[in-house]
Amino acid sequence: MTVTPILQVDDLAIAYKTGDREQRVVHGVSFSVAPGEVVALVGESGSGKTTTAQATLGLLPGNGRVESGIIRLNGTDISRWSQKRLDSIRGAVVSLIPQDPGSSLNPVRTIGSQLAEVLQIHKRGDRRAIQARVIELLERVGLTPAAMRAQQYPHELSGGMKQRVLIAIAVALNPALIVADEPTSALDVTVQRRILDLIDELRRESGTAVLLVTHDLGVAADRADRLVVLQNGRIQEQGPVKDMLAAPRSAYTRRLLADAPSLGKPRPARAGIDTQDFAIEVTGLTHDFPVTGGEVKSFRAIDDLSFKVRRGTTHAIVGESGSGKTTAIRSVVGFIKPTAGRILIDGVDLTTLRGEKLRRFRKHIQLVYQNPFGSLDPRQTIARIVEEPLLNFEPIPAADRARKVRDMLGRVGLSETFLERHPRALSGGQRQRVAIARALVLDPRVLVLDEAVSALDVTVQAQILSLLDELQKTLGLTYLFVSHDLAVVRQISDTVSVMHKGRQVDGGPVEAVFGQPDSAYTRELIDAIPGRSLPVLGVPVLAGPPELPPRLSP
Amino acid sequence: MLRYLLGRVGQALAVLALTFTAAFLLLQVLPGDAIMIKFMSPDMGLTADQIAEIRASYGADRPLWERYFTTVGNFLTGNFGFSIQAGVPVSQQLATNLPPTLELASLAFLGAVILTILLATASNMVGMEWLRAGLQSLPSLFISVPVFWLGIMLIQLFSFQLGLVSVISPGPVERLVLPVLTLAIPISAPLAQILMRNIDQVLAQPFVAVARAKGASRNWVLWRHVARNAILPTLTIAGVLFGELLAGAVVTEAVFGLSGLGGLTYQAVGNHDTAVLQAIVVISALAFVTINLVVDLLYPVLDPRLGTKMGAAT
Repeated sequence: MTVTPILQVDDLAIAYKTGDREQRVVHGVSFSVAPGEVVALVGESGSGKTTTAQATLGLLPGNGRVESGIIRLNGTDISRWSQKRLDSIRGAVVSLIPQDPGSSLNPVRTIGSQLAEVLQIHKRGDRRAIQARVIELLERVGLTPAAMRAQQYPHELSGGMKQRVLIAIAVALNPALIVADEPTSALDVTVQRRILDLIDELRRESGTAVLLVTHDLGVAADRADRLVVLQNGRIQEQGPVKDMLAAPRSAYTRRLLADAPSLGKPRPARAGIDTQDFAIEVTGLTHDFPVTGGEVKSFRAIDDLSFKVRRGTTHAIVGESGSGKTTAIRSVVGFIKPTAGRILIDGVDLTTLRGEKLRRFRKHIQLVYQNPFGSLDPRQTIARIVEEPLLNFEPIPAADRARKVRDMLGRVGLSETFLERHPRALSGGQRQRVAIARALVLDPRVLVLDEAVSALDVTVQAQILSLLDELQKTLGLTYLFVSHDLAVVRQISDTVSVMHKGRQVDGGPVEAVFGQPDSAYTRELIDAIPGRSLPVLGVPVLAGPPELPPRLSP
Repeated sequence: MLRYLLGRVGQALAVLALTFTAAFLLLQVLPGDAIMIKFMSPDMGLTADQIAEIRASYGADRPLWERYFTTVGNFLTGNFGFSIQAGVPVSQQLATNLPPTLELASLAFLGAVILTILLATASNMVGMEWLRAGLQSLPSLFISVPVFWLGIMLIQLFSFQLGLVSVISPGPVERLVLPVLTLAIPISAPLAQILMRNIDQVLAQPFVAVARAKGASRNWVLWRHVARNAILPTLTIAGVLFGELLAGAVVTEAVFGLSGLGGLTYQAVGNHDTAVLQAIVVISALAFVTINLVVDLLYPVLDPRLGTKMGAAT
């Protein structure tokens, strides 16, 4: 076969300059994309996948530089081209579908004008021709009525709709190559599926090749012809999807596959699960938010939610954005007062507590947040962060506090050398361990985990999940686990509530809900999870049909 | 939208009323008053009875609350009272002194805006790194320069050294060049600094990368994507800095010997001429409140997100 590849990357090395030092982040990467082919660059954060993709567009950040190597687009090396020369091919020959649709459109311009822009830059027709093409493109990506949509601003569209606009921009000039940089990582799983289907469809129509950058092996396996697995800026393995998944050659690929949470990996049933001792009992929880300036007076964020959690077990609340899961846990930890319903924690009705009593009660129910980068004060040391909750309750001698902090860090697997460090010196996984230690230092009975592993890479995620499991066993903790990720939920929880638009559409033991969902919504949610095409063979760790997590925030 | 408008106007009126009251009370608690200063000097040779009579004729012997409401009523009908020192109505003094100050302030504001845009544009156009860094540190230099010193330095440089601008009997335009510059430069400094920082922040936004990926050149992106987004926060600061402009005008007028509100204020403070001071405070507050009201009303025009309150339609 002597087809000229659309994209050929040869021995590419890229470095970032920080201060006076140049640090190389991509080391001798080589791969190619044939016409009409989908190649996925797969890797965890820091693997250099996004940097490599940016280089193919000539859009490295200001401090990045191609040190050596060749990037051939349609046979021409563009790696030494000036920005001015690159402007002529960007958008026309190679285009981009970005990661975060929320911030990828200019907030002060209509989507019609932003779509028209790519046609104006490359001078495709007069005003009227461009306007007609804009309407046609919007219709093609499913944004109707197109004439009305063209006049809307980004904030008037949902995330999925914004991503459709960005896809329309990327395909407007029928480029030879589309670089899709984590195109669905910021979207809900059902929306993700529709967006990936749309990209597939448009690609087939025009024969465009796609370079798909993703951290999600499931997405890559479903949508790509070939995989390129990157770790620390080096290619670990590349080849056709089927071959690689059937028999991964590199240890790293095998670990990625093993660590990916999967619907096929339920947690083993546990003893004590039949106890009638409930740590959390939520009955008829309803929460209305007042709406100003609309026809309706209030918005019902949660509608009659009820569930019970046995002591020492894990209950998960699953749902997409806007499902009400965050409001639900904010009520459970007593941050907001529900409109109606009862919340019993260890038999105490939280909704009747006020002021100082409520503050004291929070000792028993602690929260671990989603974002390990934002939830730790960057100016405090780790010792100080973990110690702080102790200062809010009964006075404890300093020596005892220090001992407790050391014990707790030990429990979450951090050595004493971490005590005097600051959060910025820690990785995402280490920060989340600190957040867990901070929550546990008060000996709470209930731990609420709000998307606590969503921002982590799969391998780190697997480590945190097993840490949580171990802590639950030794400390007899009850977890309330909030997540959008069904595979993680299946792996860690005993019971589950599936929420949709404020209502609980499914609930009960995890096996029952996932095996035989009552609602069409749960069914759709399970079906939308990517990774269906992953073979079972060659992945010994996986038992049952392996399925990968729908997404992780990058 | 109408509710928003009415709310903002209401807030503006409340600020005015509070400023009026605070200024009134502060001016009344000051020891001594204009009548004493003017008439009690031994040269006048007035007896205590005569002074009391004069006080009564000005209404200064009435209780505080009565004077307050009289003044409020007078202001509402456009009567700002009498300058005791000059012996003419305050409105007459304002009629001669307000226009030159307004002229100076608005020209300086315009100059500051032009200077800001020039600085921000230059710092983003220049290809050479060292020049860009230099330009970006210029605003900090401007901030640390006091107005009076800058005024004197400008006269030294342009008038005495270079002889470009005549200080002795200058023409109508020539007369304003240096005062406007003196006033504009310190205002443009913080504005330019904020604008540059905003431009850098907006340039780091993903939508800029998307625009570049469309094939847009750097200049295209700067003018069509970055400018409007970066101007939004700058606008707020511009409104706040307007207050500085009024304060700066007083000093500038003194340095360049111009007549205007500055000179009037200076005299009125020296003579405890409360009626004049009260009028100046209210007029300054009115200008300040109006500018900020305009800024607030401009926001929804520039940023569509503030126009509609409804969330995303799924």
